[in-house]
This record gives sequence, C-alpha cells and structure tokens, in this order.
Amino acid sequence: MKTVTLTPTKKPELILEADSITPDNFAGKTAEQIAQLSVYQGKQDCTLGEFFSVAGQAGPTAAETRIVINGDCSKVKYIGSKMSAGEVIVNGDTDMYTGAWMKGGKLYVKGSVHSFCGLGMEGGEFLIDGNAGNYLAASYRGDWRGMQGGLIRVKGNVGSDICSFMNGGTVIIEGNADVHIMTHAEGGKTIIKGNVKRRIGGQMVKGEAILFGDVDVMMPGYKYVRDVEMEVDGTKAMFHEFIGDLGERHPKRKGETVYGKFYMKV
Amino acid sequence: MTEYLIKNGHVFDPVQGIKGDRKDIGIKDGKIIGASEVSPSAKAIDAKGKTVMAGAMEIHAHVAGPKVNVGRWYRPEDKLFNSCKISEATRIEGGFSIPTVFKTGYEYARMGYTFAMEAAMPPLYSRHVHEEIHDTPIIDEGALPVLGNNWFVMEYLKNKELENSAAYCAWLLRQTKGYGIKVVNPGGTEAWAWGLNCLTINDPVPYFDITPAEIIAGLIETNEFLGLPHSMHIHGNNLGNPGNYNVTLDTLKLAKGHKAKNTFGREQVMHATHLQFHSYGGDGWGTFESKAKDIMDLVNKSPNITIDMGCVTLDETTTMTADGPFEHHLTELNHLKWANVDVELETAAGVVPYIYSPNITVNAIQWAIGLELALYARDPMRCFISTDHPNAGPFTRYPRVIKWLMSKKAREAQIKAFKNSDKVVAATEIANMNREIGLYELAQMTRAGPAKALGLAANYGGLAPGMNADVAIYNLDPAKMPADPEGIEKAFSAVAYLFKDGRMVVKDGAVIDHGQKKTFWVDVKVKENKQVMHDVREKFLRYYSLNEGNYLVPESYAPHPYVIAIDATS
Repeated sequence: MKTVTLTPTKKPELILEADSITPDNFAGKTAEQIAQLSVYQGKQDCTLGEFFSVAGQAGPTAAETRIVINGDCSKVKYIGSKMSAGEVIVNGDTDMYTGAWMKGGKLYVKGSVHSFCGLGMEGGEFLIDGNAGNYLAASYRGDWRGMQGGLIRVKGNVGSDICSFMNGGTVIIEGNADVHIMTHAEGGKTIIKGNVKRRIGGQMVKGEAILFGDVDVMMPGYKYVRDVEMEVDGTKAMFHEFIGDLGERHPKRKGETVYGKFYMKV
Repeated sequence: MTEYLIKNGHVFDPVQGIKGDRKDIGIKDGKIIGASEVSPSAKAIDAKGKTVMAGAMEIHAHVAGPKVNVGRWYRPEDKLFNSCKISEATRIEGGFSIPTVFKTGYEYARMGYTFAMEAAMPPLYSRHVHEEIHDTPIIDEGALPVLGNNWFVMEYLKNKELENSAAYCAWLLRQTKGYGIKVVNPGGTEAWAWGLNCLTINDPVPYFDITPAEIIAGLIETNEFLGLPHSMHIHGNNLGNPGNYNVTLDTLKLAKGHKAKNTFGREQVMHATHLQFHSYGGDGWGTFESKAKDIMDLVNKSPNITIDMGCVTLDETTTMTADGPFEHHLTELNHLKWANVDVELETAAGVVPYIYSPNITVNAIQWAIGLELALYARDPMRCFISTDHPNAGPFTRYPRVIKWLMSKKAREAQIKAFKNSDKVVAATEIANMNREIGLYELAQMTRAGPAKALGLAANYGGLAPGMNADVAIYNLDPAKMPADPEGIEKAFSAVAYLFKDGRMVVKDGAVIDHGQKKTFWVDVKVKENKQVMHDVREKFLRYYSLNEGNYLVPESYAPHPYVIAIDATS
C-alpha cells in the first residue's frame, strides 16, 4: 500500500467541496497530478494544490492507496465520500458529508466530524475519535435510503437525527446522543453506550436500537415484551426488550409480524 | 433575422410525403421557404449525411404547475449529483425526473422538440402553470385544464345540458388560458374526496349520480360542439391495475359514432393518453400480463381515436397525477412518501416517487407493453411517443424509447438484461415482434401526428413552405444507420442543429439561444349564456375559497401568446 500525504497550507475563505479526496480519485496518480484535482470553493473551480501540499504517491488502485491528511479540515467537505476501497486517515477535524455514500475501505478521523457524515453509507469502516454532528448515517434530505451497510464507530457524542431512514449496517456511539434516533428506520443496528434525550425509534418499521444509558422520555409507541441477555460490542448484559413503533406499518415475514426493536440495559 | 439554407440533408416530412430524399430547405423570417427563394446572402448549413425533420411535438407531459412543483420541493434527492456548470447561454439546471423549468426547456430543445403540452392544469391553479410555462425557455407550450371531475360539468352533463357544458368549458378555457379538455379518472377523482373511486365506466359518482361513461361521452360532445383544435384528452378509469384493459376497451368504445367537427383538420374525437398504464391483463400481480394487442386491435379499427404510449423507461422517477386515488394506492404498494391535494370544486392530485426496476417482473412487463402499443399501431399518425413524463419515466429518455422502437436488437438486449426475462417473455408479445420503426414513421409519431391531433397541422409538424420554421437536424445518416443501436440513442439525444421560429437555438447539442417561446391557448366565442354565468357567480360565492374576479389568468401571465380564436356562436 502506498501513501499520499496532504498537509493543509491555506485555510479556505469559504468552504471547500473536496469530493476528489478519495483513494478512488487518487489511484494511479503522482503527487503533481493529485495537486491538479478539482475542488470547489463556492462557485469557483480550484485545485487541491491551492489548499494542500501533496507528498508521496498513490498506489495503482484505490485498494492500494492510503491518504493521510495532517491538519485541520474543519472547512473541508466530502472527504472520503463515495470511496470504495483503500484508507483515509485525517489527523484533525472534518466538515460535512465526510464518508457520505462510502462503499468500502477504511476512513479514520482522529478529530471530530460535522453533520451529514456517513450519509447513505453502503459499506466499509468509518471511525471517529471525537464527536459527530447531526444526521450521522442518515439519508440525504428527502431520500428514504439511509445507511445501508458497513460500520460507523464514534468515540465521543453525536447530535440529533442520527440513523434516520437507516436500512442496514451498524452504528456504535460510545458517548451520548441527542433527540431522534433511527426515525423511519427499516433495518440496521444502532448501539449507544451513553444516554439519549428523547424519541428513539420513532416510526421505526424494522431495525434494532440498543441503549446502555438512560432515555429522558420513552416513545409511547413501544411495548415491553421481555428481558433478554445479549452480548453487545463485547459487553454481556441483561436488556429490557421493547417492540415498536406500534403506530407504524409492519411487514410480515413467514406469517410473523416484524417489529422494530429497542433494547435498554437493565 | 438570419436567412438559412439547410443543404443536402435527408428530409423526413410526412406532411409532404418526403421519405429521406436529399432536399434543401430554406428559412426566412421564421417560416420555411422553398430553396429557390433563398437569397444568396443566406447562411448555408451543411446537413450532408444528416437527418432533417420538423421540430418534434410533445402531446402529453407534466412539465409545469403545482403538482410538478410539489415533486420538486418534496424530492430534493432528485437533484442530488446532477447539477451542472452553467454555460455562457444557459442558466443553472437541476433535477432528473422533475427538472427545473430551465432544464425542461433545454432538454426538450437538445432532443429536437419545439412544443410541449402540459397534460393536466388544475383550473384554480392555472396561474402557477402559466408562471412556469413562461419561465420554461425555448419550447412553445400549452396546457390542458382538467374537467372530468368538475362540479359544473358533472351537473350540466347529468341534466343533459350540452349547451351549458360547452358555454362553461369555453368560459373556463378563457379564464385559465387553457388549450383543450382534459379528463383524468372521470368521476373517480371526485369520488376520492369521499374516500372512494370509480373503477369502471359505470360506477356512479357519489352525490352527483352520474357515471364516468356519461362524463366522457358528454365531454366528447362538448368538445365537438365548440370545435376545439384538440379532442377530448382522456386518462381513463382504473389506471395501473391488473385486468384493467376491459375498462379501457369500454372507454375507447365510447368514441364510436362521434365525428370530429372542427376547422383544424383534426380527425379524432378522443385522445387516449399513456395507454400503457391501461393495457393490463391478469387478475393480480402474479398473473399480470400484456393486453396491448386487444387494445391496439380496437384502436387500429377506430380512425377517430389517437393514443400516446406512456412507455416505462426503467428509471427512478416521480409519479404525479390528478388521479388522487391511484397515488394513494401506489403509496400503499411501495411505502414511499405521498403528497395529496384536493382542488376545491375541480380536481385533486397526488405525488409518489417510484422506481421501475429491471429486476421486478411487473415493471419489465410494463416496459414491454408500452413498446408493444407502438409496434402494433398500424397508423403512426395516430400513435405518439410519450413516457407520460415523469410518470413512466422522464421525457429525457425519448432517445432511448426511440432506440427500442427502431431496433429489435436493442429490445432483445434489454429483455436479456431483465432478472426474470423468461417470465417477462411469457407475459408479453415483445420477444416475437420483429417490427422496427423507420425514420419516416418516427416523424409521423413525433411531428406530423401530434401536430394534426392538436389541430396545429397548418403550421407545425412539417417542413412545407409557409410552415413555421421549427427544424431539427440529427447526426444520423439514413443511408448508414449505426450497427450499434446505441448510436440511434446518441443521435436523438443531441441535435446537430435546432431552429425554432427560424432562429438557431441549439448547435452541436448545446443551447445557444433562449428563443422566443409562446404560450398556446384557445379562445372560443359562444352565445351569451346567462344561466352559466349565474351558476359561476353562485358557486364562487358559496363554495370557492377565492373571488371570481381573482380567478382569471391575466394577460401578463402569458405575455407571448399564440391565441387560437374560434367562433362557436352558430
């Protein structure tokens, strides 16, 4: 695997839309060619080289390419979006849409990410050491196709509306979450190690939400069914199992109605 | 204005019966002129090895107005990843199945279209329709107000008051700057306000106690009483359900015995739209099959009927129709977001996104039915290409539909790509159909035919001297048709040149001029009718949410009108 190192040299005046920063776009290119890739600042078409110094060389394919960004990218959007393979490591924060529609590979942000990250993600691994904003692993505005597959792990806290319209994959939040989790979900699994404010699993058709901490207000559309012992992300514990959202339609599979499930640690 | 001489192109013009002969065409002051009359200073356009046709005409698409806009605002995801850089001549474009007004105009022009008929204008919201029409560049447009569930119309027709129905329709066309009479799920949309539907032409409409059959026949008579340029334009009952072909046959039979009365050369009394959605056999989704042959056998025998296909293009799209109950039915099937609107005394509408997937057998059969209709059609002057944009697919897929119609090889490749191709083949006839539509037939289906059906044949849809200079030139050599059918799709996606009203608006597939678009509407003069004017006043006072004085679409909403005036007083 070959490594390309990007170092921010100039803070953009506006916000940089850098969907070119992916192993797929870098693959097979030299540092000079990578510096010529297009990024948008507002309506201006700029090059990557105007904002980053580029060192090293990409591998022949995305899978053989690692991108390391050393510095703050809190005004850079779309890093690793739609990437299918390879690695991206950001030693700093990133802006919106980081890892959105990611299909494979590994994306590791050592700082925090803004909102709409991991949007509609289909596969791969996305790790965040800091916090994440709103709409993590959700669907794009208006769309009904949220996270489809893959894994997202956030060491810190997250904002609201995470995993809206989630259809698959796993999201692990080690800190706390704000309101609205897995709204409209039709699949997938969300694990929250900390606390949640309100409205977990609203209008959820299918899928699993697992909570280790407390919830301020429980959704009225959920019904307690039993206590169950489960191993979740390496921790064995007893959980209360609820089904819901009973106000929503639920499909039948082999004669049995499929519900969304909410587990709360005893 | 620049004079042009289009030289050495292969001309296809059903109006003059020209079938690909090499012929020069002159353009002067917005009109076609004979090549010999062109002055020496005219700009020559080399069309050697290219196909020359009149500008194409769209007879049925949902391109402007409130329900299109509902689609735009509640589907931001339709614009995701498809915005593009602006060029020097164009403004920003966006959207796939529900493009912005600018993209709508540009995309039609890039494909060689110069006219589009907005297929369903809710009269109460006609100002919105005209605002969008005015903002859509290049192409001429008209709009058909929906009248099949209108309280006035249902009451007059129930009482057999044809003259009152005609006077009301004439009043409404003038108020809304409308082009003709559109009927959507007659009676069924009104029934939807009661949570019901009319699934056959004999189901009584709640409260009004009239049947869809009476509404359809009554509006055919109303249309011919007024002598409108276009015929009654119908989206029949029970759209989209297995086994609905019987209802469609019943509907088509209502045209029998009626004769077109007009001064525009129109021969049909009924235009049956997006017939694909109405040609289904089977008694459930498991036994779903094509009944295109049964439908087309009747259409072929009925010279007073025209149709358009409503071809499924296998895309993710946005369905939208004044058939309110159908959209509710659809959202129950696919569980995607649903918008529903009731339009007071007039109509309703619904919007639901839909994905036509090649992996779903029913969708693949729908694709086949749309194409079968056109391949069974004996008279291309009465069968027009449409996708019921955006219901069966976006209009930007016309080049692909044309490819499928013109090439059996392309159809075979698509059939092979279906997940359950054997099931699709068993439920349809498409695999056994060898017909390939030729360029002359294509010109009939997209130019001369729709122009005649819309009553515009005197000036549009052809290249005879004196006609409007709307000319499309394609990079397609009829003597050397591409071996790969993709070449056909490519050629029809981007014209080499498009002239609109004698101005070059597209060159090498790129829009270079916004042209001078016009709004077509029909102004019918009828005898003074005190009864109808009294009824209008009373209904506005008692039921409408606005005053009668605020209903009219002012001239400023259609500042470039093309008004067709008719005197129906005698």
